[in-house]
Amino acid sequence: MAYPKGPPAPLPDRHGGALRVDAAKCPQGCGECLDVCPTEAIAQPSGGGVRLDLGRCLFCAECVAACPHGAITQTGDHRMAVRRREDLILGAPGSEEVRLAAALDLRLRKLFGRSLRLRQVSAGGDGAEEADLNVLGTIGWDIGRFGIQFVASPRHADGLVVTGPVSRNMELALKKTWDAMPEPKIVIAVGAAAVSGGPFIGSPEVRGGVGAVLPVDLYIPGWPPHPLTILDGLLRLLDRLDG
Amino acid sequence: MNPTLPFALLANGAGMPWGDVPEWPLAVLVQRTGEELDRGARLCAWFGVPEGAATRVVSLIAFDSDNTLAIARSEPAAGGYRSLTLTHPQAHLFEREVWEQHGLNPEGHPWLKPVRKGAGSAPAVGEFFRVEGREVHEVAVGPVHAGIIEPGHFRFQCAGEEVLHLEIALGYQHRGIEEALAGGPHRTTMSRMEVVAGDTTIGHATAYSSAMEALAGTEVPLRAQWLRAIALELERLANHTGDLGALANDVAFIPTASACGKIRGDFLNLTALICGNRFGRGLVRPGGCRHDLEAERLSRLASRLEEALSEVEAAAGWMWDASSVRSRFEDTGTIFAKQASDLGMVGPAARACGLVRDVRFDHPAGWYRLAQAPVAVWPGGDVFARTRVRWLEVQRSGRFLREQLGSPVEGQVFEAAAPARPDTLAVSMVEGWRGEICHVALTGPQGRLRRYKIVDPSFHNWIGLALALRGEAISNFPICNKSMSLSYCGFDL
Repeated sequence: MAYPKGPPAPLPDRHGGALRVDAAKCPQGCGECLDVCPTEAIAQPSGGGVRLDLGRCLFCAECVAACPHGAITQTGDHRMAVRRREDLILGAPGSEEVRLAAALDLRLRKLFGRSLRLRQVSAGGDGAEEADLNVLGTIGWDIGRFGIQFVASPRHADGLVVTGPVSRNMELALKKTWDAMPEPKIVIAVGAAAVSGGPFIGSPEVRGGVGAVLPVDLYIPGWPPHPLTILDGLLRLLDRLDG
Repeated sequence: MNPTLPFALLANGAGMPWGDVPEWPLAVLVQRTGEELDRGARLCAWFGVPEGAATRVVSLIAFDSDNTLAIARSEPAAGGYRSLTLTHPQAHLFEREVWEQHGLNPEGHPWLKPVRKGAGSAPAVGEFFRVEGREVHEVAVGPVHAGIIEPGHFRFQCAGEEVLHLEIALGYQHRGIEEALAGGPHRTTMSRMEVVAGDTTIGHATAYSSAMEALAGTEVPLRAQWLRAIALELERLANHTGDLGALANDVAFIPTASACGKIRGDFLNLTALICGNRFGRGLVRPGGCRHDLEAERLSRLASRLEEALSEVEAAAGWMWDASSVRSRFEDTGTIFAKQASDLGMVGPAARACGLVRDVRFDHPAGWYRLAQAPVAVWPGGDVFARTRVRWLEVQRSGRFLREQLGSPVEGQVFEAAAPARPDTLAVSMVEGWRGEICHVALTGPQGRLRRYKIVDPSFHNWIGLALALRGEAISNFPICNKSMSLSYCGFDL
């Protein structure tokens, strides 16, 4: 695979990539997009316009079709990983698109930049995020070439990759895994469920995302995220991308 | 089938008034269900419907060779009853589940434990079956496993390397999907259905959509049925290919493992070509499909399919030609046909015991009434047989897809479904890549969902994995596990 030295293969045309919200095109009080969103990811703030939370988004694009003003559009961009939860909220002036993740600080980059060991825990994950994390280890993607490796023991891990909305029945095991990892360590939330709870927001059986339980360093939206989106997030964190 | 069958008959994908479902005292329901199971029926679902403080039990059975389903229910019951499991082991987990969800006590049940809930902070906290003896030791694995997979707990009783008994405790993935459906469908329902088991999005989304269509008494356009079948077989191809690679990996046969890892992605990308999502999210909806497969897209799909099929043919061939692989697969993790039958196993794991059961063939609904794939069966019940069945199904799904892509049916792919009829029960079954997916929907007087039951094939089959390990070396657990390839979240719901 030529990426990241060359350009990546484009996302499937119907995927649509990250969304963009142009508040200027959104007149006051229309709200056509609000009811079609399965996860109530779109809200109408009192000051006008809309706010779309890409962390809750399932990328069904119903809102894109519903908006009569073209205020919500698909960018086709696979890049959408962020460092701060609020960087996934789209729609305020100047925040039309996600604010892509900054690299780790110099100390952590020195430690992890060329060797990042990850322990994965599925906490109510549905199997698809897990599958597309596994894909990164196959011959085409080969994340080993970046020094990134998934390891079996939390004792050997620098980072914890969490999928799923954190089911209550997995909360203890997730915390124990985290506690078993040596410092310094990071947390990466993969997929809408891990980022926000996704379609399980409000379920009494889940915690509503990893952030409710652990401090998250990287949020990767998607349902599930395309492997390219996950890889972009990891490389961005390690400052291994040009631009 | 008994000519004087007291159950009500219905077909896959059909609905009937709730009031027309025969109703007996619970003890009679248990007895008559047992009698039909003795005559060769199979238990597809057994679940409770709350009614006031009491619970009605619904029994759904299949007469596979007669292509018929049959259903009955109990009068509202509370307290205890004589367990069906005592005489019919395939009820074992269903009775535990009804006990956990509704408190009906199956008296005499040999192993009455929670299915998904646990005492305190985690589901597997509690008693496990133990083997006593000076040389016996216990191995506890999970919930967090070594790879990138879902959580579950395995408790092995071993004498040296030999596994005497394996008990599997799940529930860690419980997200409360079924409970939340009462009063639905809700805004999130469709999205949750797509991730009952996220690697079986098309299977569960089709089962749910068909159930809602049956409740409404409508049928989706033929072209939508055609497209759903194409997506379902692509899902089967991707998962079977991935598991062929994973099986090769677990016996250190790297060429097939490496190639299949890549080809699996190629199949997922074909699904993404149809709907944008590699797992088929957003494609199937009550009323049809949200995307069409136009002529130009179809021809791209067909040519990329040919490429992937020829690659997987080569990659699997390397494995079948390697005596080192065969010697690891053969006579490993054997499940006997009688065990599989007694436990009500489904899908490739059952077909690898020589049992002919496949929803596409036995209870065809949707497009499978018009086009069928032959049932892939292999005798033996070992890892080899399960791998072989997966491979046969790759070939047959490939052939099925070639035929369907070559003769598309004209028309629309979506027609808004009518609202669900009140006080109606509908059954919808789909042969997912793991086996029989069974959804049963029941509406109340307002036409909203009153009870929704989901039976993932994994619910029937996890016990099969436990049996496959009996007398086996513990080091063979990975290939036995992978040869079954069961879902944690599909079980935990």
